[in-house]
Amino acid sequence: MDTVIAARAQMGTSLAFHIVFAALGVGLPLLVFIAEGMWLRTRNRAYYDVARTWAKGMAILFAVGAVSGTILSFEIGLLFPEFMRYAGGIIGLPFGLEGFAFFIEAIFIGLYLYGWDRLSPRAHWLSALPIVISGPISAAFITLVNSWMQMPTGFRVVNGHVTDVQPLVAMFALPWRTEVSHGTLAAYVFTGFATAGVCALAWLRGKRTPTVLAGLRIAMIVAAIAVPCQLVLGDVVARFDADHEPAKFAAMEVLQHTERGAPLSVGGIPTADGGITHAIELPKMLSLLVAFDPNAEVTGLDRIPVDERPPIAATHLSFDAMVGSGSLLFLVALLWVTGVWAKRPLDRVLAAAIAVAPLLALVALEAGWFVTEFGRQPWIAHGILRTADAVTTSGHLGLRFFSFSLMYVVLATMCWWLLLRVGAATDVDTRPPVAGTTVAAT
Amino acid sequence: MIAIVAVVAVGGVAMILYAVLGGADFGGGAWDLLATGPRAQAQRDAITHAIGPVWEANHVWLIYVLVLSWTCFPPAYADVAVGLYAPLSFALIGIVLRGAAFVFRNYATQSRTLMRSWQIVFGIASLIAPFFLGDAIGALATGSYAWTSPFALSVGLFAVAVCAQIAAVFIVLDIDDDALRDDFRRRAVRATIGVWILGVVPAALTVTTMPQIVDALHGTAVVIAVVVAVLAGIAVIVGVLQRRDLFARAAVAIEAAAILGGWYGGQAPYLIPHRYTFAQAASSEPMIVAFLIATGIGFAVLIPSLVLLFRVFKTPSRIAVNEGR
Repeated sequence: MDTVIAARAQMGTSLAFHIVFAALGVGLPLLVFIAEGMWLRTRNRAYYDVARTWAKGMAILFAVGAVSGTILSFEIGLLFPEFMRYAGGIIGLPFGLEGFAFFIEAIFIGLYLYGWDRLSPRAHWLSALPIVISGPISAAFITLVNSWMQMPTGFRVVNGHVTDVQPLVAMFALPWRTEVSHGTLAAYVFTGFATAGVCALAWLRGKRTPTVLAGLRIAMIVAAIAVPCQLVLGDVVARFDADHEPAKFAAMEVLQHTERGAPLSVGGIPTADGGITHAIELPKMLSLLVAFDPNAEVTGLDRIPVDERPPIAATHLSFDAMVGSGSLLFLVALLWVTGVWAKRPLDRVLAAAIAVAPLLALVALEAGWFVTEFGRQPWIAHGILRTADAVTTSGHLGLRFFSFSLMYVVLATMCWWLLLRVGAATDVDTRPPVAGTTVAAT
Repeated sequence: MIAIVAVVAVGGVAMILYAVLGGADFGGGAWDLLATGPRAQAQRDAITHAIGPVWEANHVWLIYVLVLSWTCFPPAYADVAVGLYAPLSFALIGIVLRGAAFVFRNYATQSRTLMRSWQIVFGIASLIAPFFLGDAIGALATGSYAWTSPFALSVGLFAVAVCAQIAAVFIVLDIDDDALRDDFRRRAVRATIGVWILGVVPAALTVTTMPQIVDALHGTAVVIAVVVAVLAGIAVIVGVLQRRDLFARAAVAIEAAAILGGWYGGQAPYLIPHRYTFAQAASSEPMIVAFLIATGIGFAVLIPSLVLLFRVFKTPSRIAVNEGR
């Protein structure tokens, strides 16, 4: 196996795996916090059961997220040591801050998960708040590093040596606002739909308990707020890319030539050389979307040197997959909101739509991340260090890729199996505490 | 220069904290594997109980050390990442499987087979991780990344023994049952003797086969560290036998700190002997200062949170709201 391909495959697999758990680690604490808060407010037992069940899922998911995150913090150095040599002293700060944010998460998750019978109900509920806050913050710090990789800044290179490092400038590279907001919101979209989907599935299988409905409601509220915001933000991100990351944008939109009145290409079939054919072209739409002017000029791949072009098919198809699944998620949310508005009880059609949503949300999450990362290639830090030059000189990369992939398969399978058990065990082994006192509910 | 000294010190402290706190969790896994006698299940429950709420937080010290190394000493980090990729990959596999298996074991209550399997994985992974972390440190000390050398491997075994010792001493304070406490006190004494035996091996190998290590180390610092570690080890045994468990806990922490500090301080100014001094590997001053400030801010939030965590879970009698129920 080619060294660069093997290293990228291992890093990519690890990130694709971790991003799911990272997103849930951001989103689930909010859902649990809302559920337990509703229990304290209404003393409706269903909310208590929801919080207990989700907390168990959170324990499993958080642990797998923590270990898969550890893999990444090792792998980035083990696979791309030259990147760390070059960039460690420039963009290390957000990594360090992320460490602390994650520390807070880990501490309070310990308190929350093991504190049901050790803290007063109110204190227990509040112990989730630091997780709700530090989850998105730690995700944001990591995204700051990624935004630096897209547009490196905060240093000068003199005679091949990095000097004049300004850590705070490096920390806030130009794409940081769009990337951090789009990436963080993606976590809530994914978690909301994933959790709602699980509830909808349980409902479809005949488990029509107040607990399942309460869980579905909370998750869908979060999803229905997050997804329209994400659509608007996505539009902002795309226009940012058009202005500042033309190579990525041209690959996303398969725009070969710089032109006025550029068409929007949708879908298509990848060719052997990594391009796209048979895409549906909507005349002038791209110019209209980018600049609100059907005749605006859009930069195409012809302005990008051949050896600096991202893989077109991978970037474009990922982009379309993200936009497509995101739009479908918006429709699901709309369907649910109108149902609630009209005070219609949940029916099979809507439940089925929500039950499919986790798959769509997974596609949107992964594909969105693919767009950023494929679109950055062939650079690991855009314009200054190529991925191929950053890769390790050590051996056995193929074997390492294979063995780590195997480990992910085992972890994912086990995680899935356990979550199914946790989901099925609702209402069985937990007793709600009586107001004012706590009962050891183990 | 002051910034470099400060960050070297902070890195050393973080590493020691990981060795003590994370080491106790790894050692817990080892005792889980070795749980025997009529109270085997109770021993396992005690281990689960002791590790459960804190292992994820303890584990973050490792991440902190990694981030500190690549941010403040990037060329040395890149060098180590290439030279020691094998033991680090093995340690990583151990760390990952340990964490995952611990949770899987605790939640897979509906299938005995699965629970047993993950329990074994948990135990073995808890040995693999400290072994290869110790091996990596030994290999680093050789300056030539000789991770398969008898010396590096013996440091790995020594690390496992120290983890088992720390765990046995630490866990006693988390247990209410007297018989169970005595189980772990006995283990603490045995483990301390094991640490001494396994500590002699790398020491002897250093003197006989690794002249470059002897060259690289400061004699005085190392002698002081060894004396402190041995005295602390004796204090562990005394403390355990007299059932002064808190005293023993402090002693074992000092022992671990002396061992790691002796190596780390002993090879200064070298970060990697014969390859990089701290100063040669250091990134720019603004970066290190920024990292130290970030650390300061981080600790301001972290310390109260950690205190809260350990107060709620490591003092069983006082905090529990439903005490006596």
